[in-house]
Amino acid sequence: MTTKTKIVIVGGGLIGTWTALLLAKRGLDVILIEKGIVGAQSSGVNFGNLRLQGRHPGQYPLSLRSQALWENIDELIGDRCEFERTGHLYVAMNDAEQAKLEQYARVSESHGLVIERIDREELRRRWPWVGESPQAATYSARDATANPRLVSVAVARAAQRLNAEVLERTCVTQVHQTGAGFTVMTDTGCVIDCDAVVNSAGAWALTVAEAFGETAPMFAAGPPQFVTEPLPYRIAPSVQAVDGSAIFRQVPRGNVIFAGYPRTAADPVLNRAPVPPVKTLNGMRNLMTIAPFLKSAQVIRVWSGIEGYLPDMLPVIGESETTPGLYHAFGFCGHGFQVGPGVAAVLVDLIVEGRTDTPINIFSIARFKDAVQVSDKLAREFDGPAVAGSRAG
Amino acid sequence: MTNVVIVGGGPAGVRAASILVEAGLKPILVNEARQVGGQGYRMPAKSLALDLKVLMGSEAGKYRRLHSLFASLEKRIDYRPATLVWGVHDKVLHTLCDGVAGTIPYDALILTTGATDRIMPLPNWTLPGVFTLGGAQVILKDQGCLIGSRIVFLGSSPLLLLAALQYHKSGASIAAVVDTTPFSAKRAAMRDLAASSRTLARGIMYRAALHWAGIPIIDGATPLAIDGKDYVEGVRIRDGRGRERLIPCDAVAYGYGLKPETQLAELAGARFRFDPTFRLWLPETDADGRAGADLYLAGDSAAIGGADAAEASGALAAHALLADFGRPQPETELVRLRRQVGRLRRFQKGLARAFAWPVEQVAALTDETIACRCEAVTVGEIRGAVRAPLGPREVNRVKAITRCGMGRCQGRFCGPALQEIVAGACGAPIAEVGRLRTQAPVKPIPLHAAAELEP
Amino acid sequence: MRAIPRHGVPLRITIDGHAVEAVEGDSLLAVLLLNGRAVRHLEFGGAPRAGFCLMGACQDCWVSLGDGERVRACTTLAVSDMIVWTDHQKAGAND
Repeated sequence: MTTKTKIVIVGGGLIGTWTALLLAKRGLDVILIEKGIVGAQSSGVNFGNLRLQGRHPGQYPLSLRSQALWENIDELIGDRCEFERTGHLYVAMNDAEQAKLEQYARVSESHGLVIERIDREELRRRWPWVGESPQAATYSARDATANPRLVSVAVARAAQRLNAEVLERTCVTQVHQTGAGFTVMTDTGCVIDCDAVVNSAGAWALTVAEAFGETAPMFAAGPPQFVTEPLPYRIAPSVQAVDGSAIFRQVPRGNVIFAGYPRTAADPVLNRAPVPPVKTLNGMRNLMTIAPFLKSAQVIRVWSGIEGYLPDMLPVIGESETTPGLYHAFGFCGHGFQVGPGVAAVLVDLIVEGRTDTPINIFSIARFKDAVQVSDKLAREFDGPAVAGSRAG
Repeated sequence: MTNVVIVGGGPAGVRAASILVEAGLKPILVNEARQVGGQGYRMPAKSLALDLKVLMGSEAGKYRRLHSLFASLEKRIDYRPATLVWGVHDKVLHTLCDGVAGTIPYDALILTTGATDRIMPLPNWTLPGVFTLGGAQVILKDQGCLIGSRIVFLGSSPLLLLAALQYHKSGASIAAVVDTTPFSAKRAAMRDLAASSRTLARGIMYRAALHWAGIPIIDGATPLAIDGKDYVEGVRIRDGRGRERLIPCDAVAYGYGLKPETQLAELAGARFRFDPTFRLWLPETDADGRAGADLYLAGDSAAIGGADAAEASGALAAHALLADFGRPQPETELVRLRRQVGRLRRFQKGLARAFAWPVEQVAALTDETIACRCEAVTVGEIRGAVRAPLGPREVNRVKAITRCGMGRCQGRFCGPALQEIVAGACGAPIAEVGRLRTQAPVKPIPLHAAAELEP
Repeated sequence: MRAIPRHGVPLRITIDGHAVEAVEGDSLLAVLLLNGRAVRHLEFGGAPRAGFCLMGACQDCWVSLGDGERVRACTTLAVSDMIVWTDHQKAGAND
């Protein structure tokens, strides 16, 4: 089978499916190839935060562009996917954390976000369930949440309705340049000629990048998460401790969903990300500190996922350094859900217009040619030894 | 070899402990229940004037022997009753006792975690008054209580007749015993069951006793629905001759045989294979119960075999463990135990054929029927998800999309039916739709369990 | 219903504000079922439930105690002066 198309997208996660949708909306031919099932990896198992406050300063234009798409999701794909503007409450336990929140707030405000400073008294008044340990907080009303289990599949379906082709259970075996374009071959016998390739293969993206002589020091890890039994609805905002020891929200069904650092090891080869019980216990204790009223709530289920991380905790987004027409978007370091649609929009700019107004230079894969900057988050958010031993594929 | 841990206090666990004690070890026996005996040989609650002869019948002697064996062991083992093992990771058991989390490291682990009833959804099966068949026996033995005042025993299982008889002897009014397998199918399978003529004879005896008591036994019926609004008021069936009937009752004991509790085995590293006779994913073991490095499975949690097989397989697992740790075991005893376990499990396989899991009922389930009782997910929602564009064909993905199996019980009760519904909806062989994966905790644990832990 | 008489220490416990009699050794679920047909109401839609497996596996009989503690009724023994709330919302109202 040989077909002529415009763009092949490798990887059917959040980035791949949104890119397929936005390209299809522009009337382009798109084939999305997914080795397993759409949205089954980190795109489908993450916490579901659409958090705006506290992001990396260089990410704001992208994040805000993305949030606008999220806020319009119903119109874009015909499905809300449980998108809710829940607001995000960032809580500080000490003066140093409070100073950090102030720093975050100034950055957010410089990009036009409205951030409320909340002192101890107001914190207890507006959210009476908050325990004694938080001394202050910031609140951003525009921050939101959505259900990651539903989004990628719904976006892929919307792309299909616009004639994008979605091939599940299909592995890309070879990609090579042919004149001005590419030939993509799959284990199912497809040979596809195309003009551009999007590499959005998540924790498995290095295979494609390395086929074109470039790489990134990506490693795999996962967020340990758990959920409680359904409880009377009481926690409206998504809540996060500054040190990342507790990130939680309550869905309207009543379950409290929890995630917290340190992250856990994940194996992209065996496709496993078991949650060690010790991480669950740590999370349980941390949650109880901020929300003591949950002390008797029962934890019923845990899960994690396989995410690609880079040492500076920033993703790779942009055109390949070696190969015009190849576009990378991977290594989202556990922060891909919120920016996903925005990244897709940027990729469409690059593919269709050859340029984008959204600043993305800091995300270039070229940065790994020089000495790699190591984020201070690396020490805080990971178990030391687990990181080194789990190079992503 | 310092730490040998046995999980489960039924016949398999107690017998394994006794072999280890005889070998001079002091194993840790962790039991989720307060008393040993498992579900089958469980001790009645205090102050219950229970006539064990009536309830246990011919098994009363075995019941007494198991409890006296345990009494002789209790001081020579490290016994941890009322302790839930909720996780296994890196050769450490994670426990919950009295609301407090703890750990037990092990060098070798014997899991004897028993079984629960296998259930097929039915319209209104979540109504108060519908209980599992095993549960109906447990509340009688443990609490001296009946599940209702007029009861239908429904499903297909050799225990259907036994439980009905126990209830009858305890003074219950039994509306009917409704077995979904036609008698002719059972008779055909009986030939394979001749291997254990004693068990076979018992089955025939139960049937005769119920018959003499005037209790209707309906074979080859198709259950259509549980009737009632806020609680059970009857069972609607189509009998073997195709007539629809409503059997008024206020309680239903429901079950299609047993399903191993394999969650801890999976967390400890056991591998699974699909068994076409039981139509379940079962852990892989060798004849002695070895399921992986330093991991042994015994009793009904390894393969459904009943109490006698549980005891023998518990002994076998303990012998295998001792042999693996460099203590040669008496070969003649091993051969004898292997034969016994093999024979009893083959017999159970024969029973699984005689008392069939009603696969054909899956297609007939109405879309409104609840499949997952924890999350109230209907059969129609599952079928809809599978048949949608880019719909999942693997049960863990179906769970992610529909929430079926996401609730407090973690798919224990909806899992087998979910596999059938998904296979039916996408036309795939059942072995290809997979099985729900396990993660710890295998049962709910409270946040405060972690309160005392060091950060 | 009780099939076999029980001659133990009598207990009094409270279910949703109503005092009921029990006997030492009774499981909480047995007491609940001896005093009503439903044990709790499902969080999603409010359908009545009364447990199912009776052996700690199906998790369909969780109820709240007076101190907010959550227990699985079938594997919990009734003890003297226990206060039981069958639904979360009612328990919450008594914080």
